[in-house]
Amino acid sequence: MNFWLVLTVNSVTFGGLLFLLSAGFSLIFGLMRIPNLTHGSLFMLGAYVGATFVVGLLGFKLNFWLAAILATLAVAALGALAERLLLRRLPGDQLAQVLVTLGLSFMAADFCLMMWGGDPLNVATPDGLGGFVRFGTIAFPMYRLAIIVIAALVAIALWLLLDRTRLGAMIRAGVDDPDMARVVGIRVSQLFTIVFALGAGLAAFAGIIGGPILSVYPGLDQDMLPLALVVVILGGSGSLLGSFVGSIIVGFIYNFGQALLPELAYFVLFMPMLLVLLLRPQGLFGRHVP
Amino acid sequence: MAISALSLEHIDAFYGDSHVLADVSFELGEARMLGLLGRNGAGKSTCMNVTMGLLPPRRGEVRVFGVPVTGLSPEMIAARGVALVPQGRRIFKSLTVRENLIVAARKPEAGVSRHAPWTEDTVFGIFPRLKERSSQIAAHLSGGEQQMLAIGRALMGSPRVLLMDEPSEGLAPQIVAEVMATIRKLKESGLSIVLVEQNPKLVFDVADDIVILNTGRVAVVSTPAALDKDGVDLRQHLGVF
Repeated sequence: MNFWLVLTVNSVTFGGLLFLLSAGFSLIFGLMRIPNLTHGSLFMLGAYVGATFVVGLLGFKLNFWLAAILATLAVAALGALAERLLLRRLPGDQLAQVLVTLGLSFMAADFCLMMWGGDPLNVATPDGLGGFVRFGTIAFPMYRLAIIVIAALVAIALWLLLDRTRLGAMIRAGVDDPDMARVVGIRVSQLFTIVFALGAGLAAFAGIIGGPILSVYPGLDQDMLPLALVVVILGGSGSLLGSFVGSIIVGFIYNFGQALLPELAYFVLFMPMLLVLLLRPQGLFGRHVP
Repeated sequence: MAISALSLEHIDAFYGDSHVLADVSFELGEARMLGLLGRNGAGKSTCMNVTMGLLPPRRGEVRVFGVPVTGLSPEMIAARGVALVPQGRRIFKSLTVRENLIVAARKPEAGVSRHAPWTEDTVFGIFPRLKERSSQIAAHLSGGEQQMLAIGRALMGSPRVLLMDEPSEGLAPQIVAEVMATIRKLKESGLSIVLVEQNPKLVFDVADDIVILNTGRVAVVSTPAALDKDGVDLRQHLGVF
């Protein structure tokens, strides 16, 4: 009983991290029509930059949450820069954009290896969240529950932004029909930059708050990117609800797969993706066929 | 002579290798309505796409009130006071009716419009049915309501030049009459309008000027009265009607 409950909490926690990672990935995919293959790298960069401050690699230590905010802002700025300077130059050329993001992800991996070396960095759990919460005889790690709460709060904030503001309506209009959005005067290219920065920041935030659970190591990017892809294909691109439901599903599949069928973990993970692509290519909640 | 609201001058446009517009020129006078007629594939929608900046022409110039806009992006051309009601309506299907309007709201640039800017309320004033459905998802509207929304959305930019690409397409006759009555009112308010249609009967009633395209070229430039009087054989350009 204990085993199943713990596995369930772990699945939801991981689903929460995946949501933070894939919400931006999905919006970028939906609006700009490119699978942003740097998304795993942005997650890893956020984790490394945040860990640098938490561990004190520069000779001073910062509070975990302050470090997380700094990492988020830094990587969001980097994302905006990459969109303005590189992707902007290749309008409409999706293959070139995909190749640029792939190239950037390799460069980011090399950069991280050079800066932070090959050994994993262990990030301590933030102060006050290191303990356990007891429900009867079962103890849950407090930090994992905190991640669930944070992911839920971010989900609500994103929903409010997308569903209740004019900016959100413009982004959705751009996802619906980018050419028409421009015809009615929406500056879609500015939306691209905003959405790219937002997605990059969210990925970085997921990276650092996932640090105490996953640790930070070379290859973290390539571990996370396929998961984001599966989430977006399951949930449908450009749909916040799709990312949310897809993340929880993948969180469960991943954790239960690893626990019950460890030798088939990837099979269990990618099989549902293949089925969705064959049977419902727009995903569970998506509007576009990728 | 007064400056025209919109002029296309010697436009050549291509889709890939296919030459879809060849040396197309016409002018829309201020506060006038120009009916743009032609068969399927004659290049009517392409003229609209070129004007709106969706398809940059290979040669030629598009001017809005005398100012060249050729090569500008659609959002910049929209800011110059041009709005499009596109073929197939293309409303933002996942947005509510109200959201479809507010995303298109824009304060006109100084000197661009003499009229009070359009707002949600003034659009709801001419289309009360949209107000009743303002919080519905646009995909759930009927065809006629979607057409009203597409027109309302175009008006939210407070345009000086309104391009309407087959607004009667796929609508019941009664709804077509309603839409045409609205178009007539917009014209009376001083808006300069290009009305693209396949059905010449609709256009002859309301347009001041007629341009007929045939396979990417301007075949006829005239007025409804002159076309009636001269008895030009329109079937040659428009097919049987």
